[in-house]
Amino acid sequence: MKRTVFRNRWLPWALVAPQLAVTIAFFFWPAFDSLRLSLYRASPFGDRLIFIGAGNFERLLADPAYFRSVATSFVFSFFVTLVGLSVALLLASLANAKIRGLAVYRTLLLWPYGIAPAVAGVIWLFVFHPSFGVLPYLLSFVTAYQFNWFLKGWVALALIIVAAIWKQFGYNLAFYLAGLQAIPGSVLEAASVDGAGPIRRFFAITFPLLSPVTFFLFTLNMTFAFFDTFGLVHAVTQGGPGDATSILVYRAWKDGFDGLQLGYSAAQSVILMVLVIALTAVQFRYAEKKVTY
Amino acid sequence: MKRSTLSVLVATVLLAGLPSTSGAATEIQFWHAMTAVLGERVNEMAAKFNASQSDYVVKAVNKGSYPEALNAAIAAYRAKQPPHVVQVFEVGTQTMLSSGAVYPVYQLMKDNAVAIDWNDLIGPVKSYYSTGGNLYSMAFNSSTPILYYNKDHFKKAGLPDKAPTTWDEVEGMAKKLKAAGVKCPFGSAWPSWVLVENMHAYHDQPFADHSNGFDGLATSLKINGPFGVKMMELLARGAKEGWFTYGGRLNKGEALMTAGECGIFTTSSAYIGNLTRASEGKFTWATGFLPRLAGFPQGNSIIGGATLWVMKGAKPEEYKGVAQFFKYVASTENQAWWAGVTGYLPLTNAAAKALEASGHYAKNPNQKTAVNQMNTGKATPNSQGIRLGNFNSVRDAIEEQMENIFSGSKTPKQGLDDAVAKGNEILKEFAALYK
Repeated sequence: MKRTVFRNRWLPWALVAPQLAVTIAFFFWPAFDSLRLSLYRASPFGDRLIFIGAGNFERLLADPAYFRSVATSFVFSFFVTLVGLSVALLLASLANAKIRGLAVYRTLLLWPYGIAPAVAGVIWLFVFHPSFGVLPYLLSFVTAYQFNWFLKGWVALALIIVAAIWKQFGYNLAFYLAGLQAIPGSVLEAASVDGAGPIRRFFAITFPLLSPVTFFLFTLNMTFAFFDTFGLVHAVTQGGPGDATSILVYRAWKDGFDGLQLGYSAAQSVILMVLVIALTAVQFRYAEKKVTY
Repeated sequence: MKRSTLSVLVATVLLAGLPSTSGAATEIQFWHAMTAVLGERVNEMAAKFNASQSDYVVKAVNKGSYPEALNAAIAAYRAKQPPHVVQVFEVGTQTMLSSGAVYPVYQLMKDNAVAIDWNDLIGPVKSYYSTGGNLYSMAFNSSTPILYYNKDHFKKAGLPDKAPTTWDEVEGMAKKLKAAGVKCPFGSAWPSWVLVENMHAYHDQPFADHSNGFDGLATSLKINGPFGVKMMELLARGAKEGWFTYGGRLNKGEALMTAGECGIFTTSSAYIGNLTRASEGKFTWATGFLPRLAGFPQGNSIIGGATLWVMKGAKPEEYKGVAQFFKYVASTENQAWWAGVTGYLPLTNAAAKALEASGHYAKNPNQKTAVNQMNTGKATPNSQGIRLGNFNSVRDAIEEQMENIFSGSKTPKQGLDDAVAKGNEILKEFAALYK
């Protein structure tokens, strides 16, 4: 790898300063403030701040509902990441073929990414509304089963998983398309000459060569599923029915902003932060070894 | 943009602009959570007040939903830039009372020598927002749940054109509606507010200890008693047999009634305006009192909605303007107009009389249902209101378990016990903060 050497000692610092300032102001400072607040029982208007040590954490860890929320979050991110990446890779392979009107297909496939999670949620809410949604109406001709996700937890969870995948799809597709185009055609042709079929070519050449992209998207999608899906849940299910779709980030928001239990909410975001740091570290430690750059 | 909106907007801009050129007008920030038609009405009210005098300019600013408006006020207060007046929903009452950040309204009026006849306020409003007989926040928009029914569906099902008065009747009629092919025979919005909080008060049952939090900070919910369980058993049966359609938390269920899918529906009296607009040329409807459950005593329904809180930290001359604005809000003229155009309850007896005298109720009988229901109820300690710390979280815990009950994943008793356990934990947390 080529190293750039700066002669001036201060220039590199000056160049990264704006980014550092933004990171400190919007990431480190709030994160440390959450850490501090998580040790307190805090009143909404800030007039009472009672130090309770690990009290908020004890309250969380004694609550079976919190562990259900952890489990829901993992199920949610697992499916969003796995299914999301699989579908994106499949469609990227198809969109990489030389077909007529390719630009139109690509644009249409990238489209959903331009939509805010909350707006995506509202769209899905209308399509899937148990009483006046289009899909339940169509499904009623096929099966008598009531897909009422206002009351059926697994349907609600499946719905937000699919919505999150759809929302993130364009992003994944764009990276896979770029990755696919970077694979030299000569390698694939050589494999063809050696008698490898399309499936063999995909698993022996394309997929390994895409591993850096997959690794990057894997980390990013998981972070998306853990943090950015709040708007979606808020618009569609509000965590319900029961607590079937109450993922960690939504719970932290609800207890903090809706419930005004600030310390309790801060403790939840600290746990969430630790979880994601741990997951990312594990990925870099183990998964990255399988990545060929 | 509609013409009426535009004209109000233009009027607001002009009126807001005029006094500032004279340089003498004091600005009053009024943050509210009213959207759509209701938001236009609030702007109109502020514009009318501004036009009525030249010393003060009320700037009405929408800050999103109720929780968002409250959060905005909290953030502003912490940054030492609070608005003068903020509209806070009824579940935030205890949070505001405990906050130490508010200037009690009775004190504000006394300090500024502005007289309002508090005794003329209608009973339920006065009891809900007073402490020790003193009003801490300015009553603004109050509603109570009532029952709506779709006349067309009733006709189709061969039912008489009459609202059910008991839950037995609701069940019987809803079954017939279902048989006639109605998709949502019975439905409700605001599950906790209507079906738990109000049903307890309406049948003189306690909701929480310490007289629902009026005699001191409540620390335990009482909703898993025989009454609460019976009520949930009825609804769980309805959900299982298909004559009760659950439509979601908060006011999400209203979409079903608005779409003309429900036969019988319970929600806020302030829904009248929306329903009138949505049903025009599509279906006909009427209203009735909330149904009663046989074998339990008579109480009264309680109110929901919001009040105006005055924040600490402003200048005396600004508070003077706030007092003048509140005087205008409480005036019979304004109250009669407000109740007439929104469907909220008239806050004073004088305004109710004025609406009656003007023939408004004769023309809009459905708007009188809520007033009649409250007047025929019995005021008891259980029906004066509910005042809980972190009430929003408590309500959420209840609605979460209602969903588990309606889906059949928990029995009514089990669901309510779990709601009580979770609710008590939240209440204790709040009590620990202010002990």
